[in-house]
Amino acid sequence: MNMASFAPLAVVLPILGAALAFLLIRHSRAQRAVSIGVLSLTLLLECLLLASVWDGGTAAVNIGGWLPPWGITMVVDQFSSLMLVVSSAISLAVLVYATGQGMADGDRDAPVSIFHPTYLILVAGVSNAFLSGDLFNLYVGFEILLTASYVLMTLGGTGPRIRAGVTYVVVSVVSSVLFLISIAMVYGATGTVNMADLAVKLADLDEGTRTLLHVMLLVAFGIKAAVFPLSFWLPDSYPTAPAPVTAVFAGLLTKVGVYAMVRTETLLFPGDSLDTPLMVAALLTMVVGILGALAQSDIKRLLSFTLVSHIGYMVFGLAMSSVAGLGAAVFYVAHHITIQTSLFLVTGLIERRGGSSSVDRLAGLAKLSPILALLFFIPAMNLAGIPPFSGFLGKVGLIQAGIELGTPLAYALVIGGVVTSLLTLLAVARVWNRAFWRKPSDAEHPDPVLRAEPEDSDTGSRAGRKNVTLLPRTMVGSTLGLVVLGVSLTVFAGPLFTVSDQAAHEMLDRSAYIQAVLGEDTDVPPLALKNGGGK
Amino acid sequence: MSVNLTLLTVMGALYACGIYLILERSLTRVLLGLMLLANATNLLILATGGYAGLAPLYNKATGAHEYADPLPQALILTSIVISFAVTAFMLGIIYRTWVLARQDEIQDDIEDLRVAETPRFDAEDDTPIPAETSEFPLTMLGGDGSTVSDHPTAADGPDEAGSVTAGAKEISARDAAAEEQPGSQNVTPGPEGGVK
Repeated sequence: MNMASFAPLAVVLPILGAALAFLLIRHSRAQRAVSIGVLSLTLLLECLLLASVWDGGTAAVNIGGWLPPWGITMVVDQFSSLMLVVSSAISLAVLVYATGQGMADGDRDAPVSIFHPTYLILVAGVSNAFLSGDLFNLYVGFEILLTASYVLMTLGGTGPRIRAGVTYVVVSVVSSVLFLISIAMVYGATGTVNMADLAVKLADLDEGTRTLLHVMLLVAFGIKAAVFPLSFWLPDSYPTAPAPVTAVFAGLLTKVGVYAMVRTETLLFPGDSLDTPLMVAALLTMVVGILGALAQSDIKRLLSFTLVSHIGYMVFGLAMSSVAGLGAAVFYVAHHITIQTSLFLVTGLIERRGGSSSVDRLAGLAKLSPILALLFFIPAMNLAGIPPFSGFLGKVGLIQAGIELGTPLAYALVIGGVVTSLLTLLAVARVWNRAFWRKPSDAEHPDPVLRAEPEDSDTGSRAGRKNVTLLPRTMVGSTLGLVVLGVSLTVFAGPLFTVSDQAAHEMLDRSAYIQAVLGEDTDVPPLALKNGGGK
Repeated sequence: MSVNLTLLTVMGALYACGIYLILERSLTRVLLGLMLLANATNLLILATGGYAGLAPLYNKATGAHEYADPLPQALILTSIVISFAVTAFMLGIIYRTWVLARQDEIQDDIEDLRVAETPRFDAEDDTPIPAETSEFPLTMLGGDGSTVSDHPTAADGPDEAGSVTAGAKEISARDAAAEEQPGSQNVTPGPEGGVK
C-alpha cells in the first residue's frame, strides 16, 4: 500500500482532533495534550508523505473511489508535500507557544478554550488547500481556513480586534466570492473543475476566454496573498490579533494564496501570457510594502508591511516561469514562512517583556533580556537577507534567475529586490536600535516595566495581576525552536534547493501531475520549458 | 448551452445591488451586499450547468441528454452552507460592534491615522548630531553625551528657513540655532524648539 494514499489523513486528523478538543472544552490540560498530540501526528505523517513523494513521484488519491474528473481528487507532489511539512512544523511551534501563553496567563483574559479546536480547523483548511486537486475543493479549503481565521482574529471580542476583524472578514468574503465566480466561469467554459483535467482542456479555449479566467483567478488569489494593489487589508487587520494568531496568519495564510497563484500559473495557465503584469505587481509589492514598513513605529505593523513586501519576491520568482526562478520562489516561500512566524512570535515576547510593541516606548531590551535580543536579531538579519542566512540564499537565487532571464523588466526587478532587501535591513535595524540598543532614559516615553528594578524582572503586574511570568519557558522554547529551524534552513539550504528546484521542474513540466491524476496514457499539451528545463 | 434569461437578469440585478451595498459604510448594508453577491454567484453557477432537465440517477430509464447537470447544484449547496456560516458570524460581529461602539459603521484604524499624522521630523532619526544611545557608550566620543543637544534646533523643522527674524535683526538660521541654548537671550524657543 502506497504511503500517499494516507494523504487525506492530513486533513482528517486535525478535524477529528478539533472535534475531540471541542468536547474537552472544560478540561484545558487534556485539550492541550490532544491538540499538540494531533498536530505532532500530522507532522509525522506529512514527513512520511514528503519522503514517499521524493521516492515514488507524484501520487493522486481519489476520495471515495470516484474517478477523476468527477470525484474529489487529492494530489501529493513535491511542492504540496514540502508546503505541508513546513506549515505543520510552524503550526506546531505556534501551538506550543500559545499553550505556554495560555498557561502563564490563565484562561480569564480570553476564551482560550475555543482557541484549540479553531486552530486545528485552521490547520485542516491549510492542508486541504495544499492537497486539493480540484478548484472547488481548493475553494472549500480556503473557506475552512478563512472561517477559522475569522474566529481567531476576533478572539476575545475586544474593540480593536472587532474593528480589524470586520475589514478582514469583508475583504476575505469578497475575494472568496470572486474565486467562486471564477470557478463558475471555468466550469461554464470547460465543464470540469478538476485541475489536471482543466490543464488539458483550458488549452483548447480561445485566447480571450483564457485570459479572462486567468485574470479572475489571479485577482482572487492576489487578494489572499496580499499582492500590492490588493494588499491594503493586511497591515490593517493582522497586528491587532493575539501574538500567536498573528504569527500563524503571517506565516501561513498569505502563503496559501501564493501557493494557489503558483498552481494557477504553472498548471492551469502555463506560458507567459500574464508574466509582465505579474512582474510589475511584484516590483510594486516589494517597494510599496517596504516603504510602508519604514513609516511604522509599532513592531507588529512594521512586520506586517515587510510581510506584504516579501510576498513580492515570491511573485517575482513565479512570474519568471523558469525553473531557476520558480525553484528560488519555492525556497523563498519555505524560508519566509519560518522567519516571518518566528519574528511575530518574538514580537509577542517583546510585548510581554517590554510592556509595548511600539518602538517609541521600548528601550534597553538587549541588556534587560539578552535571550530576547538574540531571538530577534537572528531572524531579523535573516529576513533582511544578510549572508550567510537563508534569506540571502533565497534572494541570490531569485536575482540569479532574474539576470538569467535578462529582460529590462527582470533587471528592474533585480534592482528592486536589492533595494527592498536594504530597506528591510533599515526597518529592522531601526527596531533593533530603539527597542534593544538605546538606554531607557533616552526613550521619549519608556514603558515603566523597562525601568523596574532587576529583582522584579521576570514577574510583573501586567493586566492588573501580580506574578505574571513575563517570559515563560514554553514560549521562549518554541520561539527558539523556530529560530533554530530558520537557521537550519541555512545549513540545509543545499538539499532544500535541490528539492525546490526539482519541485519547480516538475510543476513546469506538468506531465507528472496530469498523468498521476488522469492516468498514464493522457496526452499532455506541449509546453516549451524555458532555460533548457534544468539547472 | 441554453441560458434562462430571467435568471440571468435577476443575477445581474443582484450583482449590481450587492456591489452598491458593499461600498456603503454601514456594516449591516455591507452584510446585505455580501449576501446578495453570494446569491448572485449561486445563480451564476446554476446557469453554467446548462439547460434544466430531469433529476439524474433517479430513474435508470432517463437518457443522458435529459439529465440536468448535477455538479453545479452540488457546488451551490456547498456555497450556500458556507455563506450561511459567514453571514451568521458577520451578524455576531456587527452586534458586537454595536455593543462596543454604539455604531453600525466601519471605523478608522487609529494607528493608521497616527502614522499619517506623524511629523516628518523624528528626533531620533533626524537629529543632525548623532545621539549616543547605546547601552555601551564609546568612551572616546565623550560618552556622557555632552555634545548632544536634546532640543531639535531650528534647522531641523520641516519648514527649514534660510534666515529667521530675531528681535529686530535678521540672522541666519544656523546662528539662530547656535544661540538657542539655555541662557540665550536673543530668541525664545517655541514648544518644539523652533522660532515662532
